[in-house]
Amino acid sequence: MSDITKQSLSELVKNIKDKKLSSEEVTKAFINRSEKSKKLNAYITENYSSALQKAKEFDQKPNLDLKLPGIPMAVKDLFCTQNIRTTAGSKILNNFVPSYESTVTKNIWNEGAILLGKLNCDEFAMGSSNETSFFGNVQNPIDKDLVPGGSSGGSASAVAGQLTPITIGTDTGGSIRQPASFTGTVGLKPTYGSCSRYGIVAFASSLDQAGPMAQNVKDCALLQEVISTYDPKDSTSIDFKRNNYSKELTYNIKGKKIGIPKEYRVDGMPHEIEELWQKGIQYVKDCGAEIVDISLPHTSYALPTYYIVAPAEASSNLARYDGVKYGFRAKGENLIDMYEKTRSEGFGAEVQRRIMIGTYVLSSGYYDAYYLKAQKVRKLIKNDFDEVFNKVDAILTPSTPSSAFKIGEKKDDPVSMYLNDIFTVPVNLAGLPGISIPAGHDTKGYPLGLQIIGKAFDEQNILNIAYAMEEKINFKNKITDWWIK
Amino acid sequence: MSIDLKTIKHISKLSRISVNEKKADKLADDLNSIFKFIEKLNELKTDNVEPLTSVAETTLKLRPDEVKSKDIREQIIKNSPQDNEDYFVVPKVIE
Repeated sequence: MSDITKQSLSELVKNIKDKKLSSEEVTKAFINRSEKSKKLNAYITENYSSALQKAKEFDQKPNLDLKLPGIPMAVKDLFCTQNIRTTAGSKILNNFVPSYESTVTKNIWNEGAILLGKLNCDEFAMGSSNETSFFGNVQNPIDKDLVPGGSSGGSASAVAGQLTPITIGTDTGGSIRQPASFTGTVGLKPTYGSCSRYGIVAFASSLDQAGPMAQNVKDCALLQEVISTYDPKDSTSIDFKRNNYSKELTYNIKGKKIGIPKEYRVDGMPHEIEELWQKGIQYVKDCGAEIVDISLPHTSYALPTYYIVAPAEASSNLARYDGVKYGFRAKGENLIDMYEKTRSEGFGAEVQRRIMIGTYVLSSGYYDAYYLKAQKVRKLIKNDFDEVFNKVDAILTPSTPSSAFKIGEKKDDPVSMYLNDIFTVPVNLAGLPGISIPAGHDTKGYPLGLQIIGKAFDEQNILNIAYAMEEKINFKNKITDWWIK
Repeated sequence: MSIDLKTIKHISKLSRISVNEKKADKLADDLNSIFKFIEKLNELKTDNVEPLTSVAETTLKLRPDEVKSKDIREQIIKNSPQDNEDYFVVPKVIE
């Protein structure tokens, strides 16, 4: 069956449950395609032989009651995997082999999935194009020399290129939704506290969330169901009643109130994105939902707030990389010299830049002016959402202000790179769930996404809206396999 | 305000990242353009706003203080760049 890798997760699960396909056949198919796809540079670490072994073991004693029975899956290399190298895309963790497993990946293996490998990402998830990875940039399957977005760029490329049926990424300011939008795939950033952060290499702890990335909304819902659990090992994990997201999925969104925030109509946004947005509005209307014009007045302050809060938390989180307990160590004349050289040689330019911004805004004399100020503005941004959600059930916006750009195009201009996350960052600051779904193409033929933002813990609602819209949009990703000779 | 080379040196020391002259110039440029962008926040009056530290509206849970991980010394030092049996090893600190 040569078309195995074209099947969605839901189809693969059904075929394995109906014994039409074995886990070994499915795993082999994805390994073969991954091996032919080295040009994409989606993988940092391959786990193929062990995956095949596990698939064979599964077939000998198949447990077909599991949610992901014998399904092979590659994951972002930010999740600690026991006895398998975990790099976070950084030289400083080049040889790091965790002795423990992240809760999110543990949940996935407990439901029968099999690890194919670890996927490329921006270094410590800091980037919007996957160009900051120590392991090189990733190609977007949509077109040659196009970035896949970031930081979950390897994950997005692997799903769009069908190297894995589904994957997980992490999203601190848009790192799931922006690459999903750039590659014509679906990506969900869950509510803060929905998925455990235990065992995920930390970037900005008050913003980081893991989430599913998939070819369609149903697959995304199924994976969310698996990864979202209450975990005492994460002090910010929240014990709330979680839905059976995939089972409760419905096209019926009649009467739902969908907000359209005027502040998301930004200067210089391409015409095509405005048109796509209008089309999206029409689709939800056709589904029987009601459109409400809303205002989120502090939207334009979200990015400046983020670029204080996230680096501040990062500078603190990344203090642990000192060349002593694990990771890369440079030679130094004394202890301090060793620290300084280790961090200077071990971290890439963007990570160093962010550690320095964070250190500065937290330093004596500047804390109130920057960090405290940002936390106050963060409150105003959250208040905007709280108020609006008294009137609407969800918010519809574009996912990104442009389609995917060329490798190298924005690399030397940090601020223009940061502007990529203008529509996604407010969601992280307010801790809300947001999903990006592919909604059309621009004139270059590159995919464009729309984002649906929901109330905290209301993943089911935005999944339903996405599901209903997906049916109307009937998006077809244009993948030509250009990278396979 | 602008970030000069003296400030870069100071931040470099605080963050324990060595910075040579060439890198310092580039960093100063980058940081200045980023801070120019961040200054936008000064447009807002926030005197009476409570700072938001976490969106998770939960109080920290208490749990019994029990030892759950035993005999994991080997696992802990397994990834250290230089080890000497049971210890982390660092360059000489005391002369």
